[in-house]
Amino acid sequence: MFSWLVWRDLILAWRRRADVLATVFFFIIVTSLFPLGIGPERETLKTIAPGVVWVAALLASMLSLGRIFGNDYQDGTLEQLVLTPQPTYLVVLAKVLAHWIISELPLVVIAPVLGLQFGLSENSLVIVIASLLLGTPVLSVIGSIGAALTLGLRAANVLVALLVLPLYIPVLIFGSGAVQASLTGASPQAWLLLLAATLVVSLVFAPWATSAALKISVE
Amino acid sequence: MLEAINVTCVRGTRRLFKDLNFAVARGELIELRGPNGSGKTSLLRILCGLATPAAGDVLWDGTNIRSLGEEYSASVAYLGHQNAVKDELTAIENLRISSGVAGHALDKGEAQRVLAQVGLTQQQNLPARVLSAGQRRRLAMTRLLTANATLWILDEVLTSLDQAAMGLSRDFMTEHLKNGGAAIVATHQDLNLTASSVKRLQLS
Repeated sequence: MFSWLVWRDLILAWRRRADVLATVFFFIIVTSLFPLGIGPERETLKTIAPGVVWVAALLASMLSLGRIFGNDYQDGTLEQLVLTPQPTYLVVLAKVLAHWIISELPLVVIAPVLGLQFGLSENSLVIVIASLLLGTPVLSVIGSIGAALTLGLRAANVLVALLVLPLYIPVLIFGSGAVQASLTGASPQAWLLLLAATLVVSLVFAPWATSAALKISVE
Repeated sequence: MLEAINVTCVRGTRRLFKDLNFAVARGELIELRGPNGSGKTSLLRILCGLATPAAGDVLWDGTNIRSLGEEYSASVAYLGHQNAVKDELTAIENLRISSGVAGHALDKGEAQRVLAQVGLTQQQNLPARVLSAGQRRRLAMTRLLTANATLWILDEVLTSLDQAAMGLSRDFMTEHLKNGGAAIVATHQDLNLTASSVKRLQLS
């Protein structure tokens, strides 16, 4: 069941590529605006780089949250998913995994290239990738709660932002903290461990919340 | 097998029905009738476990469906107003993926056989986007054939079907009842099933 659902979402995303590309281009454009707006001062760019990359990643992943359940909700597939003989928890995990592969993984891949604009060293770029790899799944799984709660509402996009962005704050602090630490020559290990802990906790608990929210939304 | 005890449904501030009692046994079909807005869909959604009744219980073999959870879902196939068909996928992909997700994967041959049963052989490689409303309904009906469910819960199953497809769905229902299944069907048309075990439930 699990792999079929992930596979289905990947095929659907491939046939609706424009949606996925929009997220990636948003990420590229937002991060590129900062060097243009602030000027080519190397040191300033380096200082703001961790924050900018991470904030842009948060916003870009926000954009795609509506798609986790939105289309399935509209065509009735979501009801069928809730009624499958497997726990809704697994359905949510599969949808979140697919969302991460579709909308977040491209951000992780493109981030080092964007980091170059800010003059980040090779070592820091590795930390950018590592922190995003650990942090973006948290964004997907926590975002799924907001996405499930706002299904079928009119101002869903704005509401998701208000619900989910405050919950993203720890990820933002730990993620940009890791990159910042690597810039100053300190060890980013502690930050990465904190991110990993956040990932584990949110993977265990957030899908429960999402399944409960889904059941309310389809009722 | 399925038993509704004093089921009451409230939508917003309006009470749709109150203290509804009925039971379905194997080989039995309940034809659910009632004007628009009388709560047919709400009742069906309560029966399949998507919604909770304001009061009352739904029992499956004597146990509340709330406590059965996924075990109950495995014995029920629900076909709602919406077809749950993905526009971007072809007919055969829709069938194979939806049955894979529901936990009983079909290989290509099996899927083609099921599509032939509902008369979609020619359309199997067309994206569902270009199928007509009736063809999409036929595609949704394949879910009943593959689900292996004891209880079918069907909401307006005959809408946008042509004569041939209506005949088909009647055949499917008769066959299902003969095999010891049960069904609850909300409808405005007469089902005209040859089986004698059809009960009628009227909502006002």
